[in-house]
Amino acid sequence: MPADEARSERAGSRKRGGPFDWVFVVAVAAVVATIVRAVYFTPVEARQGAAQKIFYLHAPSAFVALYVAFGLMALASALYLWLRDPRLDQLASSSAEVGLAFTTVVLVTGPIWGKTVWGAWWTWDARLTLTLFLWLIILGYLVLRGAVEDRQLRARYSAVLALLAALLIPFIHLSVYLFRTLHPQPIVLKPSAPSLPPEMLTTFLMALASILLLYVALLRARYALARAYASADAADDEAYA
Amino acid sequence: MAGTSTWAAALVIARKDVAVEVRTRAAFLSATVFALLAAAIFYYAWDPTAVSSLDLAPGVLWVIFTFSGLLGLNRSFGAELSERAIDGLLTAPIAREAIFLGKALANLAFLIGVQLIAIPAVILLYNVPVGRALWGIAAVGLLAAIGLVAVGTLFSAMVVNTRFAELLLPMVALPFFVPVIMAAAQATTTLVAGRPIAEAGGWIRLLGAFDLVFAAACTVAYPFTIER
Repeated sequence: MPADEARSERAGSRKRGGPFDWVFVVAVAAVVATIVRAVYFTPVEARQGAAQKIFYLHAPSAFVALYVAFGLMALASALYLWLRDPRLDQLASSSAEVGLAFTTVVLVTGPIWGKTVWGAWWTWDARLTLTLFLWLIILGYLVLRGAVEDRQLRARYSAVLALLAALLIPFIHLSVYLFRTLHPQPIVLKPSAPSLPPEMLTTFLMALASILLLYVALLRARYALARAYASADAADDEAYA
Repeated sequence: MAGTSTWAAALVIARKDVAVEVRTRAAFLSATVFALLAAAIFYYAWDPTAVSSLDLAPGVLWVIFTFSGLLGLNRSFGAELSERAIDGLLTAPIAREAIFLGKALANLAFLIGVQLIAIPAVILLYNVPVGRALWGIAAVGLLAAIGLVAVGTLFSAMVVNTRFAELLLPMVALPFFVPVIMAAAQATTTLVAGRPIAEAGGWIRLLGAFDLVFAAACTVAYPFTIER
């Protein structure tokens, strides 16, 4: 391969955030630092013991997945139906996929904590049920995307499904609340002042920031991949045309 | 009058679908036979000395109803695939919403038909003392059917253009059915237990709100799912 071609290829991969993704490296370092701080330098909670430390991973992941990732997904989907820019569709699906990963973290860490503190892996509690159904809806969204060949049709279907899912969430929320709830009430994000000791609050905020950064890094990488796929597809279409 | 012609066109499409179903009876037969089989299978899936059949009945009713409904919803737009019949509908000089409303009305007729068989069957097989609760159950059934049909018709229109249509419909539609099934089953339980309907007020309001929101949202969303 000629030297200049190889060079331009390397430059291209750097431009798309290829081999060295500094945001991702910083995010991983921040998450590791948070875990070290949570495990070794944050006091153990009096009643729940060591199990409470899962909270530093569980709650920020839930916040990032449910509010940031799926919020962005719904917003990008609505904008797609309006503006019809393929990048919005790629952004929505990237955010859905990364959000699914964080929801999986929530659904895995929750039962581990629950088994220790509640004595049960799972309860059909409002928040748990809502999170589980959200996870299933996003899974359905991604499977639907995989099943539609036509790119434009896929984008429109996904956007419609994402918006209907956003409408559905209040209904699932309401229906599971008409049952009963066992989940701890919000400690940090509530109208009155956070009722967490200062050291724990610092760890929590650090965890929130690092998980948010990890989300941004993963979203960037996934979006770059979606763009790369799109340009490869476009090149293919041109070659066969 | 655009409004009248939309509804008139919707009624013509609904009548066509109902006529096709009445003549072939393909989906209706499989849906009702499935409902009866499932009612029998569910009975043996529990220990009758541990759980009384009366406690099972509302849950069984709504589970079999949901799955037999999916059988009909799959056919709704699937039937338009052969000979590209859907192109005929799309080129007709009618509003796109009329196609959706027509399909939805036909599906509603289908679901009510399944209910007319499934509800008495479960009442008989599970020895449910309905009495005056029957009208309440019928009302809950209608409210639930509207919600299921609104969402199910839209997803049926979407999944026919995918690679594994009939496999995908339950995966996409069932999460949307959750609030409906939950509310309907809870309201039915209240009614069957002989408690006043006001006790199930929250669930019935939830059903009504779901119907309004999703009937409107799915009608608006349908034109976005068709190729231009």
